[in-house]
Amino acid sequence: MVLFIALPIASVVVQSLFVQHEQVMIEVENCGPFKCETVIQADPDATAALRESAPLGKYNALKTYTNRNHLAFNELGDIWSSSETFFGFISGVYNLPFYKALFFTLTYTFLVAPSVLILGLFIALGVNRLPQLVKGPTIFASLLPMIVTPLIGSLILFWMVDADGIIGATLQLIFNNPDLSLKASAPLTWIMLIIYGIWHSTPFAFVVFYAGLQTVPSDTLEAAQIDGASRWQRVRFVIVPYMMPLAIFILLMQLMDGLRVFEPIVGFSASAKATSLSWIIFNDLFGNAKLYGSAAATSMLTILFVCIILTPVLIRTWRDFNRKGI
Amino acid sequence: MTSSFKNNAPLLTWFATSMVVLWLLIAIGPFIWTVWGSFKVEGDFFSKADWRNAIYGVMTIVETGDSFTGNGYYGAWIEEEFWFNVFNTTVVVFFTVTISLTMGTLGGYALARSGFRYAFWLLILALIFRAMPHITLVSGYLLPFFEWNVWGKLSTTIVVLVAINQPFTLWMLHSFFLNIPKDMDESAMVDGCTRFQAFRHVIIPVMWPGVITTGLFSFLLAYNDFAITSMLLSSENQTMVPRIASFLGSVREQGNVMFAVAAVVSAIVPLFFLVLFFQRQIVSGLTAGAVKG
Repeated sequence: MVLFIALPIASVVVQSLFVQHEQVMIEVENCGPFKCETVIQADPDATAALRESAPLGKYNALKTYTNRNHLAFNELGDIWSSSETFFGFISGVYNLPFYKALFFTLTYTFLVAPSVLILGLFIALGVNRLPQLVKGPTIFASLLPMIVTPLIGSLILFWMVDADGIIGATLQLIFNNPDLSLKASAPLTWIMLIIYGIWHSTPFAFVVFYAGLQTVPSDTLEAAQIDGASRWQRVRFVIVPYMMPLAIFILLMQLMDGLRVFEPIVGFSASAKATSLSWIIFNDLFGNAKLYGSAAATSMLTILFVCIILTPVLIRTWRDFNRKGI
Repeated sequence: MTSSFKNNAPLLTWFATSMVVLWLLIAIGPFIWTVWGSFKVEGDFFSKADWRNAIYGVMTIVETGDSFTGNGYYGAWIEEEFWFNVFNTTVVVFFTVTISLTMGTLGGYALARSGFRYAFWLLILALIFRAMPHITLVSGYLLPFFEWNVWGKLSTTIVVLVAINQPFTLWMLHSFFLNIPKDMDESAMVDGCTRFQAFRHVIIPVMWPGVITTGLFSFLLAYNDFAITSMLLSSENQTMVPRIASFLGSVREQGNVMFAVAAVVSAIVPLFFLVLFFQRQIVSGLTAGAVKG
């Protein structure tokens, strides 16, 4: 286990301190029919040899972390001093790739998680009222969006919102605008991704809440009813407090999933409009230009974020365990 | 809510039922639409003229003479050799599940009987792995794997998937074994069994529900993974999901989107049956974390 958990992280740390070799430049004399001129050319052989001998690249200390593609301290300072209003500052920051991705990731997480909680609770309440016979098939159907491979699920929705697909065409008809395309505008892409996120995660909240509903003590409910609580009051003051631990559990899971949102961006081909931290790493590693240093630096920053968000949860779990132990 | 108070307000019942029906439409509608559409031609599935074409298959009748066509499936499975990716997926998923279950049952049993409170650390590890974007780990694996020349092979991917899966498997089976009373194997050992015989004859017969639930989740992780398989496998060895992703780029230009649609539907079918048969285990596995954690 140490081999596969600690070592990769250590390897990421090391990689993040290095950058790729620059091309080795040599001076070549190009003699044309009229005159000779000296040009500087990249030497592919020497570059390949150098990369072979030191695959990590050259040592760069923490510079990768602070360059334009990551934390971009210099650029932040420039934007801060040059922009007059606060909004000018924000829009300037938004143009830096790392902050753009961070911004999307956080928006996605903090919009999807609460919507999922509320929707899941209401669906669970609704399903709980259904006759026994149709409950099974209902749960079966509800599970599908969650179980299906994220990439495949997002593809299915992507084809439906395509300009010629069923939802996209219907929207064009409703707004009477044949050029309307969900893919073309950034806000619509964001909305689309967030709706996909809700569609994908609601079943999880639903299932957990539904299982929780089965264990709500019926005498408390009946007592509330005798005391004159209306149906809504019973949900508000009996069921919701009883479900609080479950809600926290779901919220935690949603935070984790939201922070690593990645597949829908590939599935919706939305990378021009919305990027996430995971996507940046993927993009650095994919294809021919393998920017290990850059990817590793982003990985480290992502891990840092995950740690910050998880720390309160871990402390709570630790306390719970100690209490159980005593 | 029990049957003892059934003063049902009809309006509320109506509202709740319609909400559930709406949810069902949203949840399963896209799947039905895509499965149905995968038997049509592109002109119908992405119909400019009228969305009802996709239901009746007007263009499909014009182009192929029948309102259903298997062209998409033929193109994907035979022409694009999707069957090979399906085979790769089968190999990866089978070995990942088998290895992680074997290690998980043995390790989980040992940890559960050792007396020390491992549960907390296992849980923390499982949590951290759940929280960490898998791609951050992949960026750590990639360079060493290139150096050792093991990149792009199925076996490498299997090892990585097992490793990522292991804390979760261990934690789940560990808490499952804790629920099996210690008296069972102790009485077997009093009767003269060795530790291993006790495991073999007493524990194995009763452990299947937990193993199946854990196996399901290992299966889902291996089957649904995109980040790891797409980064660690060379293009000849791809499994289904990265293959579909790379389909998209090439297929759009040739006007063969239906190949991708057919491939996507083929990849959904196993999951569909999985949910159909193991619904109860999936639900219990999902909620186990909530109740115990």
